[in-house]
Amino acid sequence: MNALPRAAELGLIGCHVCGLVCRDAHAAAGAAEVVACPRCGVALHRRKPASYSRTWALLIAAFIMYIPANVVPIMRTASLNDIDDNTIISGVVELWKNGSPNLAIIVFTASIVVPMLKFLALGTLLVSSRRGSNWARQQRAGLYRLVELVGYWSMLDVFVVSLLTALVRFSVLSRVEPLPGVIYFGLTVVLTMLASMSFDPRLIWDGKDTDD
Amino acid sequence: MGTTSEALIVCEHCDTVHQRLALSRGEVARCARCGKVLQRHYRLSTNAMLALIVTALIVFVQANMWPIVMLGLSGQHSSSTLWGVIIAMWREDAGIVSVLVAATLFFLPLLKMLQLGWLLWFARQGRRAPGFVPMMVGLHYLNPWTMSEVFVLGALVAIVKAHTYFDVTPEPGIYAYAVLTVLITVFAGIDLRQLWRTPEVAA
Ligand SMILES: [Zn+2]
Ligand SMILES: [Zn+2]
Repeated sequence: MNALPRAAELGLIGCHVCGLVCRDAHAAAGAAEVVACPRCGVALHRRKPASYSRTWALLIAAFIMYIPANVVPIMRTASLNDIDDNTIISGVVELWKNGSPNLAIIVFTASIVVPMLKFLALGTLLVSSRRGSNWARQQRAGLYRLVELVGYWSMLDVFVVSLLTALVRFSVLSRVEPLPGVIYFGLTVVLTMLASMSFDPRLIWDGKDTDD
Repeated sequence: MGTTSEALIVCEHCDTVHQRLALSRGEVARCARCGKVLQRHYRLSTNAMLALIVTALIVFVQANMWPIVMLGLSGQHSSSTLWGVIIAMWREDAGIVSVLVAATLFFLPLLKMLQLGWLLWFARQGRRAPGFVPMMVGLHYLNPWTMSEVFVLGALVAIVKAHTYFDVTPEPGIYAYAVLTVLITVFAGIDLRQLWRTPEVAA
């Protein structure tokens, strides 16, 4: 491990906002107060504060929202003699049937696979890091980077419903209305993004004896 | 070493300490422990970045002024701009979604581009802009919440869905959005933390 020293071992902190490497005055003085970064002024932390509890809380809240997001319809298409309510899944199926399997796969990935990936990945990271596990650390670090990279693409369906609502307004002939499912889904995406931001990936590499 | 060091980089994802390297064209430095990108060589000068931001800002204004798509159904026509979308969602009792769309597709991208333009305008003269520190901190936090590129894909999906029932005509707004996405992608590879290294004088 000496070849790759870690900042906490050397009494250093990298500022999470501006990247400046600072001496950990907090550790040196043994003081309890939070020290501000001399360059950007934000509070320096060796690890994101209360990372486990915040991430769990946000992830659970996101999952609670995710259930109605999938069960409750997200969009209503009303025409002269027909009312058609679509959930996320039925929207994907419809897209597939109407001859756009490629786009159906993209929407399926953004709306179903990415949120599920976030729940499973962050859940796995939280549990394994809490245990101080050294199992597949490289892969877990890669998994976190993937979650960060693709997370916001889940907003796709929210934008599709919003755009169709604004466009399809032909009075009695045809109208699209948003249904509560889309609100739950939007909240799910926001909450999972906040969850992945509050997880501290440095915890993956910390041993059992590290506090959070 | 004093209380801070410019010669070191700490990996944000695993806390490993590295020496800052002088990279040559096209080179990328990755963390030896976790593989995260630590440093990237910038092909763009400050002038080029400023030109890119100004272009993006002009395209952004057009993308928001021009209608995105037009639908036709038995002689009737309907089109919408981004603000039309925001207002429609508000009126349909999806206020949370309306706010989300307005924030991620209008206010935050606009704020980001204006701040970047302002910072780069001064960086060009080797100076820190007035309000440099709060703007740089603000940019760090708003960065993950701009979603114009997702909207372009969303518009594509909406067009394909609508195509089954309506006559769909793409309007100029969609092309402006497509150009904007390309500009955003070019810009996404740039680590703006390099701006922190401009000296603090004459702020
Ligand atoms: Zn800082
Ligand atoms: Zn690393």
